[in-house]
Amino acid sequence: MFKLKVNGKVHQVDSSPETPLLWVLRDDLGFTSVKYGCGIGECGSCTVLINGKAERSCSITAESAQGLEITTIEGLPEDHPVKRAWIAEQVPQCGYCQPGMILQAVDVIKSNPKASKREMAQAMDDVMCRCGTHARVLKAMSIAAGKMGDKGGAT
Amino acid sequence: MKAGITRRLFLKSTGLVLAVAASPTGIRLFNPAVARAEGKNFKPHAFLEIAPNETVIIWVGQTEMGQGTHTGLPMVIAEELGADWQKIKIKMAGAGEAFKDPVNHMQVTGGSTSIRHRWDMLRQVGAAAREMLIQAAANEWGVAPSQCKAHKGKVLHPNGRSISFGQLSQKAAALPVPKKPELKQAKDYNLIGTSPMRVDIPEKVAGKTVFGFDFKAPGMCVAVVARAPAYGAKPESFDQRAAMTVKGVISVVPLKDRVAVCAENTYAALKGREALAIKWTKGSHPDLDDAKLNKIYQEALAKSGAPAWPVGDAKAALARANTRLKANYKFPYLSHVPLEPMNCTAQVEKDRCRLWAPTQGQTIAQKVAAGITKLPPEKIEVITPYVGGGFGRRIEWAVLTDAVLLSQAMKRPVKVIWTREDDFKHDFYRPACHTYVEGGLDSRGRITSWFQKNAASSIMQRLFPRAVKNGLDPTGVEGAGNMIYNLPNRLVEFILLDLPIPVGFLRSVGHTYNIFTVESFMDELAAEAGKDPLEFRLAYLKKGSRERRILNLLGQKAGWGKKLPKGRGLGLAVSTCYESTVGHVAEVSVDLKTGQVKVHKLVAALDCGTAVFPDAVKAQIEGGAVMALSIAFKERVSFAKGGVATANFDDYPLLTMADVPEIEAHLVGSGGKAGGVGEPPIPTVAPAVANAIFAASGVRLRELPFDTQKLKKS
Repeated sequence: MFKLKVNGKVHQVDSSPETPLLWVLRDDLGFTSVKYGCGIGECGSCTVLINGKAERSCSITAESAQGLEITTIEGLPEDHPVKRAWIAEQVPQCGYCQPGMILQAVDVIKSNPKASKREMAQAMDDVMCRCGTHARVLKAMSIAAGKMGDKGGAT
Repeated sequence: MKAGITRRLFLKSTGLVLAVAASPTGIRLFNPAVARAEGKNFKPHAFLEIAPNETVIIWVGQTEMGQGTHTGLPMVIAEELGADWQKIKIKMAGAGEAFKDPVNHMQVTGGSTSIRHRWDMLRQVGAAAREMLIQAAANEWGVAPSQCKAHKGKVLHPNGRSISFGQLSQKAAALPVPKKPELKQAKDYNLIGTSPMRVDIPEKVAGKTVFGFDFKAPGMCVAVVARAPAYGAKPESFDQRAAMTVKGVISVVPLKDRVAVCAENTYAALKGREALAIKWTKGSHPDLDDAKLNKIYQEALAKSGAPAWPVGDAKAALARANTRLKANYKFPYLSHVPLEPMNCTAQVEKDRCRLWAPTQGQTIAQKVAAGITKLPPEKIEVITPYVGGGFGRRIEWAVLTDAVLLSQAMKRPVKVIWTREDDFKHDFYRPACHTYVEGGLDSRGRITSWFQKNAASSIMQRLFPRAVKNGLDPTGVEGAGNMIYNLPNRLVEFILLDLPIPVGFLRSVGHTYNIFTVESFMDELAAEAGKDPLEFRLAYLKKGSRERRILNLLGQKAGWGKKLPKGRGLGLAVSTCYESTVGHVAEVSVDLKTGQVKVHKLVAALDCGTAVFPDAVKAQIEGGAVMALSIAFKERVSFAKGGVATANFDDYPLLTMADVPEIEAHLVGSGGKAGGVGEPPIPTVAPAVANAIFAASGVRLRELPFDTQKLKKS
């Protein structure tokens, strides 16, 4: 038995400790917004924030996330500038990769709110989207970065 | 509807319901309330419901996989109805007769048909309901229906009074359904042609959407299936005991040529499958690999094939030509790669079977499950969630078959999931194609002849064998055998290859390679004739045609003919498919030292008749460009040891953010019937880029994915 803190709430977990965080979040704790896409850390669909940094939950064990702050898309407030920009710009198509994409974007914007489009594109380069929402992702990120900059970096 | 509800209450509480049945002679609209009151024994599926509380429910039988069909398709009904868009509720329908395509009589989301094949039907549904509501109001007021109109959920009296749809719904339900309702004029549209927010986006952004992969039914177990690594291979031995000792594994179920592991959760199922340590037989084609396939294709290309819709006498005209130009093109097997891997949940019971299936083919799903369970198709419930990408992949039913078989075996609901590796290794690939093409020019540089041969395996042979006639699979020549150019002599042949590699529909199907060949080779002929590629094409297109209009618009928007620095070039391509005309101009630069290509910009133009939902059309153009560039630069499925070598994204990378160019989309609305929009934005991207690379470097790339090493100045 060990504990995981997800979106501010502590959960008891009795999976074997080497289980990837992805499966514990999805199957044991019901956070199905965290998506399986490849299992090898290549696509980014399983991205969560760990202590504010975007991490691939398929590639770390659940046990190693003990004591850390895990944030899934549900943990971002509904009026988060990134979520609002995503809706305003009508970014998602199928939407499967989007929770991971949004969490990665949150980390990228927070790390460098003044990033150029080119820098943002580089920082988003390891998240895959088969529908091809890329152009809208960048546009929504620029808008959200502007808003987050105004507020001095909302979480 | 709750069980035990009386018929009287049903009629009273439902309001106006319209149902549709499609048959080869056209569509029929039903009013179930009238039919039931008359004691007719039929159970139509509702298409449109208007309740006394003002709710308007539109049932959609098309799968929402990101293309926006759950918004666009109801927009057409709501437009004719005169509904208040804000009050519309959209629900995904199950599998049912009413939702079959009026043209192909299957409930399937593919071929860019969702609105294209339902354009008349959807408008008639809305218009019929509108006329019934207006008639009900006119009766109430004692005026002629022609004096009233429907607007934003109300019927308006000429003197300004109004009655809401909800208030009219029950009286309207007692009226007959008009056989030929009058359709709106395009100038009167106030919803079609606008871009409301897509209905599925807020919950997708919130992370609340439950995809098939996320689905959980009470008492469900999760299963993964070990499939043979080589074609025709079977399990020789496996360690059942080792798998059973994995915590959470419930059962090991051998199926015909594969082995399933059912478990309490996904991770246990995956560990259990690993523990099986299956030894497989060698399979039917142990020496099949990339080199062998190349040889098979090249040998096939030396033969002659089945002719597709020939014009004139291409071979004789070639023999007489002033100049003859020859080229070979090559296209690899491709995988669909929707980000949500294959999955299906099945619950087989004694007298019914429920499927939670992220499918593009509800009718196929029903048939397959009925075949296995021996239940009648109407006892197979198909529930389609929002789907994490389709691209043709989810017409296929292999995962559904296993879910049904395993639910039968386990006597409980079973969710079968595929890993990314399962999907790469057991996809139904876009067939590889090798092409030979030869063109003839006269002394003035005009095309006198086009002769082309394609060697590929056949999609239709497996899926719709009746479509293959005399060895011609029409999907293997589409875009070439019926090319847009009026040439005096044309012959395109198809050489059908029998290979164990399963092939299927991938977004825009045969157009993906044929339009590359046609648009690249047109460029080659233009260069040979010493003519401008745009001007050269115009000579073979009818005056006033959509293709001419698209070409001219592209030329204007992309600055065709502008002076560019050395190493930079523009290339164009145009085509018509799925009843839409599309074209692209690419601007690229080529670094001759490194061979590196950068696509700076794509200018796209699409004429899809009426663009019902322009923002969704633009999203298809933007997304289609990314997928097409990914295919052009990166994608290829590899084979080794009689099976698929490609396993995951590390050896099948997709195009990512940093390589996505600026995409400028222009919609040209020529009005009338809505054409397809999901597939048309794909085929002209890669040839426009190849033509631009030629313009920038003088090097012609004739194989996909591009080998940019060839661009290095040696």
